[in-house]
Amino acid sequence: MPSRNDLKWSDVTPEHVWLNRRALLGGMAGLIATPALAQGYSTDEAPNSFEEITTYNNFYEFGLDKGDPARYAGQMTTDPWAIEIGGLVDRPGSYDLADVMKMGPIEERIYRFRCVEAWSMVIPWNGFQLSHLLDKVGVQPSARYVAFETLLRPEEMPGQRSRILDWPYREGLRLDEAMHPLTLMATGLYGRDMPKQNGAPIRLVVPWKYGFKSIKSIVKITLTADQPLNTWKQSNTREYGFYSNVNPQVNHPRWSQASERRIGGGFFSSRQDTVIFNGYGDQVAQMYAGQDLTKDF
Amino acid sequence: MQRVNQALRPIPGWVVYPLGLLPLAWLVVRGALGDLGVDPVKEVEHALGLTALQFLVGGLAITPLRWITGVNLIRYRRAVGLVAFFYVVLHLAVWLLLDIQLRWGEIGADILRRPYITIGMLGFALMIPLAATSNNAAIRRLGAKWRVLHRLTYLAALTGAVHFMLVVKAWPTEPMLYLGSVGILLAFRMVRGRWTTR
Repeated sequence: MPSRNDLKWSDVTPEHVWLNRRALLGGMAGLIATPALAQGYSTDEAPNSFEEITTYNNFYEFGLDKGDPARYAGQMTTDPWAIEIGGLVDRPGSYDLADVMKMGPIEERIYRFRCVEAWSMVIPWNGFQLSHLLDKVGVQPSARYVAFETLLRPEEMPGQRSRILDWPYREGLRLDEAMHPLTLMATGLYGRDMPKQNGAPIRLVVPWKYGFKSIKSIVKITLTADQPLNTWKQSNTREYGFYSNVNPQVNHPRWSQASERRIGGGFFSSRQDTVIFNGYGDQVAQMYAGQDLTKDF
Repeated sequence: MQRVNQALRPIPGWVVYPLGLLPLAWLVVRGALGDLGVDPVKEVEHALGLTALQFLVGGLAITPLRWITGVNLIRYRRAVGLVAFFYVVLHLAVWLLLDIQLRWGEIGADILRRPYITIGMLGFALMIPLAATSNNAAIRRLGAKWRVLHRLTYLAALTGAVHFMLVVKAWPTEPMLYLGSVGILLAFRMVRGRWTTR
């Protein structure tokens, strides 16, 4: 796939170098406990392998099987790519991907990823904070929510030819969630361009929510006053809510969310307790103070 | 159809057992080749459950097949049912040991509160007396009651198909096909209005 800009993230710094540098920084952080560094948004858990992350995907636009996205996403055209940014913003318009990519500094963020199906991974994303994008386009005071849409192109996305969901896939965040520094517009993983099966060229990552909130292959971002529809909630209001925060106390009506299996151990992938807000409670819990999370699930 | 029956005559019922092990052997081969993906537990769990359901549907089809085409596979039916039970046991064992990993608190809560697990466990429970009486001694001992007891097969197949339907997100085609097949095969019996298998 030709890249819009010739530089790939991996061209900037060789992987082993930044891995070493991160270890060094991590060591320094422990030594001097600089708040700025200690606030590092990455987990120190071991990331899943590139193969695991790119062959086990839920991307129903390409089929229901976890292997379907890796098999069929190759036919999706991701260049050219533009994002239509509109609604309650000061500078609406169609933004070319290259311009979007410049809206914030690209960082590496190693996040836990918890699927609503009760499995999880650890993924080293590259991306920039959604807050930078929102600042660039100018959020109007009346905006309270951000709505996202995935590409709708049935000729390249075979899953969209079946009516399994109401395409295009839609997601949404409350503005404070969207502005949260953990919320990422991810453009790659493991220092490489985003693989198509993982939502190339650009996707959302909201690590304290179930994976389906982290919408892939985004073509539209709209700032709204009212809570937008999200596809899974629309598909089954009883089972999927707008917030969809990881919460072991609020079970899916059909299965438990108390624990999860961490992908990667083969036949002996260990099951572990699920932590509220996927372990990001220190950073995000205050946003939901006063809300009944069993109602706002 | 007599030709088919003639051709089948030398093939004894027990051949279903070695044939029934082929899906398991295939899983073992795939495992050895590392072809089970990054989540082999789910892959194996689903494959075993699906095989069980296939044998259940197959067993359920034998009588209607005979009604419609005259092809008589009745003497293979016991083995088909027992192979189905074998895969149900393996499916359950993988869930307990490798998936939920013997977290008994969650297992108990799941069985009581998760409809797909409740129904799955019900299906398993229904198959225990069926498997236990799938032998000539039991047929002799139970007499007419045996046939009544073995109507549980219908319920067991239905629970299996509903269990599959309840475990998926949205409404994919595959589990609907299984549920539809079981529905049609049971409807045949209802329309026929005879609840004995003759």
